[in-house]
Amino acid sequence: MSVEEGNAALIRLFHVHRHFHATRALTDVTLDIYRNEFLFVTGASGAGKTTLLKLLYRGEVASQGQILVDGMNLARIPRRQIHLLRRKFGIIFQDYKLIPTRTVYDNVALVLEAAGRKPSYIRKKVNSVLRTVGMENRHNALPPSLSGGEQQRVAVARAVVGDPTIVLADEPTGSLDTESAGLIMNFLKTFHTRGATVVVATHDRELIRSIPGRIIYLQEGRLTGAPTV
Amino acid sequence: MPILKLHLRRALQDIRSNRTLSLVTTSTFALSILIVSAALLFFVNMGDLIDGWRQGIRIMTYLQDGLTATDRSHLRARMENLYGVQRAAFIPKDQALSRLENQMGRQASILENLDRNPLPDAFEIQMIAAHQSWEKVEELAGTLEKLEGVSEVEYGQRWIKRIINVFNLFQLTGTIMGALFFMAAIFIVGNTVRLVLYSRREEVEIMRLVGATERFILAPFYFQSLIQAALGGVAGLVILYVMYRLIQSRIATDMAASVLQLRFLSPATMLGIVVCGMLVGWLGCHLSVKQYVRI
Ligand SMILES: Nc1ncnc2c1ncn2[C@@H]1O[C@H](COP(=O)(O)OP(=O)(O)OP(=O)(O)O)[C@@H](O)[C@H]1O
Ligand SMILES: [Mg+2]
Repeated sequence: MSVEEGNAALIRLFHVHRHFHATRALTDVTLDIYRNEFLFVTGASGAGKTTLLKLLYRGEVASQGQILVDGMNLARIPRRQIHLLRRKFGIIFQDYKLIPTRTVYDNVALVLEAAGRKPSYIRKKVNSVLRTVGMENRHNALPPSLSGGEQQRVAVARAVVGDPTIVLADEPTGSLDTESAGLIMNFLKTFHTRGATVVVATHDRELIRSIPGRIIYLQEGRLTGAPTV
Repeated sequence: MPILKLHLRRALQDIRSNRTLSLVTTSTFALSILIVSAALLFFVNMGDLIDGWRQGIRIMTYLQDGLTATDRSHLRARMENLYGVQRAAFIPKDQALSRLENQMGRQASILENLDRNPLPDAFEIQMIAAHQSWEKVEELAGTLEKLEGVSEVEYGQRWIKRIINVFNLFQLTGTIMGALFFMAAIFIVGNTVRLVLYSRREEVEIMRLVGATERFILAPFYFQSLIQAALGGVAGLVILYVMYRLIQSRIATDMAASVLQLRFLSPATMLGIVVCGMLVGWLGCHLSVKQYVRI
């Protein structure tokens, strides 16, 4: 299974557990994710896919076990340095998480502003990324006025605008028609070819088949060797 | 500084999208500044007035009857040698009588029936400006009283002492009230920031997720508080100035104008007030932001 043995692991999970009181969202997960890998995390609803992604950018903290991301031990990162970890990631959230009161442009530009980039660079970069996702005519729209597919494209634009090392996508094609889904996947693929590590959580088998990549299966919070279906 | 411009823009955006809340905060600031600076204005002018009275303090030393001109000039020399005395002006009893007649106006006819001037000769003592503290006046009066040839010493404006005491009490209450208002202002700004932070918690969380530092996230809140404090401060001072002009025009039509020279707060004082207000805004913001970050 280990396709990219030659590469160093960019992300390492070592016997990671995450439970919420009685709910065991993840149990004893040990996993290496390699540089420039395209990884699918799949499993039924409630299997722990979102929880696994959250652990990577410290949206959640492991109850037990160790997580290393690009050499950083997540348990040891002081609060004041979490932004350094977060800047390695471009995240497409399951619920988009766009700021409803800010325009499309501002939502995407936020990433670069927060990173302290020059205004001239920000303008050029945001314009170009919005053009790539086909939202160049909606710069001043507010997210609530957009369709689900359009919001998704803005979310993708925001995820990649900062040229992150790792792109995390949680159900990136969740409620989209096949055409919009194809667009998004193409975009992720392009980004992967440019050198990014991409992790996609999905239970969309169609999607998994459309792109070659490693597939891991979660079942009730555990990694299982083989597909269950 | 593009980052400053960015924070400023975000702060203004926040103010615009929370208009009511911002208006309430700014008004609170305006009111606090108005009250505090009105008290300050009162004290400044009251202080002027009291200084004026102080400068007017004169000690009258009434002389015994039957002093010769030589006695008088000796006495005068001794008085002018006393510590703190600038000048001793001789006021003969005839002059004192005509002064009295002038002061009494129409009732002066009572004096016409006198067959003899009942008033004594006197020296009017003017003090050196630097020696016009109340203790010095009392001390000097005591010394003058013991001089040979002096029958009585009077420093009519004893009531000034009482007014000064009342004024000092005012100043104390004013300071305490000012402190209370500033505390209330800190509390109210803090609350506003807390409310805005609360209404923006989703946005704040998103900013954290895309790699923004706490500093980047919170800077606009500081700017917002500073802007509101500055606006409120300026508004408060403008209102005070309008009120001041109204009062002044009232007084100017009265005869009191010559006695009461009103003046407004100096530019430096006004600047100080606005800066203090901004400090309060910053502090209020800081306290609630710190509380928020800990959650
Ligand atoms: N914050 C939380 N508090 C309590 N339970 C949680 C929390 N987050 C996740 N869980 C539980 O952990 C389990 C895994 O949730 P998770 O969201 O990771 O599943 P998922 O695989 O992403 O599901 P889906 O495909 O529906 O998105 C679920 O049983 C969920 O109820
Ligand atoms: Mg999920």
